Amino acid sequence: MSAPRIVYNEGYLDEQTKRVVRRALLKGVAIPGFQVPFASREVPMPRGWGTGGVQVTASIIGPSDTLKVIDQGADDTTNAVSIRHFFEKVAGAASTTLTEQASIIQTRHRIPETPLREHQIMVYQVPIPEPLRFLEPRETETRRLHALEEYGLMYVKLYEDIAKYGHIAKTYDYPVLVNGRYVMAPSPIPSFDNPKMHQNAALQLFGAGREKRIYAIPPYTDVESLGFEDFPFEPQRFDRPCEICGSSGVYLDEVFIDDKGGVMFVCSDTDYCERTATAGERRQTMEKSA
Amino acid sequence: MNNETPLLSVTGAGHRYGDRFGCRDVNFDLWPGEVLAVVGESGSGKSTLLGMLSQRLTLDEGSISYLTTRESSAGREDGTEFELLDLATLSEREVRRLWRTEWGFVHQNAAEGLRMHVSAGGNVGEPLMANGWRNYSKIRSEAEMWLRRVEIPSDRIDDAPATFSGGMRQRVQIARNLVFGPRLVFMDEPTSGLDVSVQARLLDLIRQLVAELGLAVVIVTHDLAVARLISHRTLVMKDGAVIESGLTDRVLDDPQAPYTQLLVSSILQG
Repeated sequence: MSAPRIVYNEGYLDEQTKRVVRRALLKGVAIPGFQVPFASREVPMPRGWGTGGVQVTASIIGPSDTLKVIDQGADDTTNAVSIRHFFEKVAGAASTTLTEQASIIQTRHRIPETPLREHQIMVYQVPIPEPLRFLEPRETETRRLHALEEYGLMYVKLYEDIAKYGHIAKTYDYPVLVNGRYVMAPSPIPSFDNPKMHQNAALQLFGAGREKRIYAIPPYTDVESLGFEDFPFEPQRFDRPCEICGSSGVYLDEVFIDDKGGVMFVCSDTDYCERTATAGERRQTMEKSA
Repeated sequence: MNNETPLLSVTGAGHRYGDRFGCRDVNFDLWPGEVLAVVGESGSGKSTLLGMLSQRLTLDEGSISYLTTRESSAGREDGTEFELLDLATLSEREVRRLWRTEWGFVHQNAAEGLRMHVSAGGNVGEPLMANGWRNYSKIRSEAEMWLRRVEIPSDRIDDAPATFSGGMRQRVQIARNLVFGPRLVFMDEPTSGLDVSVQARLLDLIRQLVAELGLAVVIVTHDLAVARLISHRTLVMKDGAVIESGLTDRVLDDPQAPYTQLLVSSILQG
């Protein structure tokens, strides 16, 4: 006798749970940047590996969707590959590594270099959704601060950075003001990616599984990175191009290449890097043959 | 300045812990620029009274009204107008506005009033940032000015209060509470727990700042010497009730209530 086949509901979560998450998502979209509490469920992966993102994706994905999953910009890391396989299995969704073909992009730590378009959805995995957390430990108090729009505390953090380092030293999870109202943690994306959130054509959803919060930025919403008048926000910059594809103005990873401490700087967005590199090679061969 | 209405007016105020009153039937008026000391033994309701005045504890009886200033909309010459608020009816947003712009609270234990791991400059600058200051250099120079005023050397501006002595912490706390130009400051035993010589200097500093800024202060203390040094008027409390009140010199030199007489005579004369 063969082992009984396990049948999963479409998208793994049961319909009631998906309703709960969708309702939280709708509320999140209605109040951009506001953290909506939701009943986070167990998913077959440990908390901290993107359970929030997986629940959000599970609630919006269907067989007609094409999913891309990136982890630190890369499509080929363990976590990204297994989440992609997971949804191929439980939702019957197609998957891709090409940014423009994806209808849903679940991400940890990066926004793709290729500009997003309308009707695409970004799903961010969020470890700590509360931007004020390390300044104010009490959840009751931070909620009140959000409700009353009291964000002096956030600036204390920036002040401390300038006092200590001479500039704002926070380079990831850089706090933003969404739609002129709520201060929001954009998940640990590099501050390099912060400007991409502003007036983005795609819908951006944030899921924090362990902390049980969902929030969202609707398409074409103002997202302003905080700063002082005399020390405004400055995204990270790189003074060199990618050593594989040669693009500049992209986010680079430092990769060790030998045991002597040799390093190279390459695009963190593997999809973008591959395609730029292939396009470059094609151009070179065309030039040679011409 | 408005001279007809007191800044803070308390009538029949009381707060209840369960079925027992922590303090009851308190009446007084506080005028701008006046320092009021509340003295009494431990458990007499001093801190309950302070908590009630500062809206940290609910008002279960009586009423407290406070004269707030607002930016004038009618374009009066001095730019501000006064409005009498019944504190019990205020929304949380309003109470917080008062804390941000008009009220200060100096805790007995500086750790409660400060962020111990944020630099002194950040601590003093925080109320400014809460009030919408967004220029780093201005915030920093204002914080520096206030730290200097409370005699903290400017090379300590980037050190956290966790590395400061008790007296220095208390001075940082005072700077933090005065930096935004409050009109009313509550102080809960600001000098107890400090060395006697430090106490004297701190009191001197408080007295000087209060006089310069024309602050109204309610200071709770169990130390009659503190009351004598800095207050204009004194309330004596016992078992949750005010048993005597009047000018500080009158209360301390010519105590009427038997308890006050006991209290005054119990001071070591040296």
